[in-house]
Amino acid sequence: MDGFHDLGGFQGFGKVAHRIDTLSYKPVFKEDWEHLAYSLMFVASDHLGLFSIDEARHAVERLDVRQHVGTTYYERYVIATASLLVEAQAITQEALDEALGSPFKLANPPHSKGRAAITDRPPFEVGQRVRVRDERFAGHVRCPAYVRGKEGVVLHRTRERWPFPDSIGHGDRSAALQPTYHVQFEVRDLWGEAADDGRVVVDLFESYLDPVQPA
Amino acid sequence: MSTSVPTPETTSPGQRARALLKVMRDQDMIPDGYIEHLTDLMENQWDPANGARVVARAWVDEDFRRLLLEDGTAACAQFGYTGPQGEYIVALEDTPQLKNVIVCSLCSCTAWPVLGLPPEWYKGFEFRARLVREGRTVLKELGTELPAQTQVRVWDTTAETRYLVLPLRPAGSEHLDEQALRSLVTKDVLIGVALPVVR
Repeated sequence: MDGFHDLGGFQGFGKVAHRIDTLSYKPVFKEDWEHLAYSLMFVASDHLGLFSIDEARHAVERLDVRQHVGTTYYERYVIATASLLVEAQAITQEALDEALGSPFKLANPPHSKGRAAITDRPPFEVGQRVRVRDERFAGHVRCPAYVRGKEGVVLHRTRERWPFPDSIGHGDRSAALQPTYHVQFEVRDLWGEAADDGRVVVDLFESYLDPVQPA
Repeated sequence: MSTSVPTPETTSPGQRARALLKVMRDQDMIPDGYIEHLTDLMENQWDPANGARVVARAWVDEDFRRLLLEDGTAACAQFGYTGPQGEYIVALEDTPQLKNVIVCSLCSCTAWPVLGLPPEWYKGFEFRARLVREGRTVLKELGTELPAQTQVRVWDTTAETRYLVLPLRPAGSEHLDEQALRSLVTKDVLIGVALPVVR
């Protein structure tokens, strides 16, 4: 999903509001409700099994863009959990509105029903050159747009496998398990001279990649 | 002029969080003590002091260092640092030629049990948008200036791997024991935006 959340490389932001080694992370929760964001999400996902964390990420991505820009981090997870519980018919919009005393604005509906992983290929090896598949998908995806169509080199293949986000992010409990790859890109291959020199490593599911045939 | 733009929220985020809490309680969805237990983990147990113990051990114990770099999950598990958002841990080794830095451009993914929950600035749009593209500039603005020959390698946390940076042991720390070394390893050192400094 080419949403606002896909921020890597987005220009126009100012400085990061931080100086190193200031203890601004204390206290962990700045307001008395902030602990509820993750707590309620884990009650619904981990304890009740009503949705996966992938679906929670996707629900945040589905927030209306203006609302996304105007909310703080923990607010977005409260809205995501509420949205997924309504979509799962575990609670109702009416109950939320009544408890709030005002309309409780939820995330937009998904634009896709999800998609399956590519499973009929041999795995990639460390040192191999790969290209990120140049595709557009309207649903949940864990491939940032800035590497789409770009070539990189595999630094690591994970020993474990996980459900494909583009499937489980839409509630498909039968999602294929896949390893991910730490793929290193040259920053100048991504943004040319309009960037600092350096490298970026992105942790990509197997289905996002194609082999690059040696010339 | 009227528009089709959604009306701005007039309620506060706290009111919305508590409204969701009330609805979930009314549906009897929340087990006794669940929120309190998780909040204690998030506020008190998952702390960058955990990652500092791991780094200090790696600085003084070559076998542990090798294990940390080969299987970060097993190394962190020796200290009991496992759990949600810390199930597949990879340590990133700095060298004089290489500075590793961690970000999650798509949301906020972090190795919670080892680094603690991510701070506000790490989750902010500025860091998420800019670090992958202008890492050296962002580090300089934050207060870390790197030698020109040191390459910046940014790790975008986009799947299930959770990272911590294993920084170079700083000059002037030769006389320090493992306990004292821990105090050099801050949360920002573990994220990679800061270097450990002997004060």
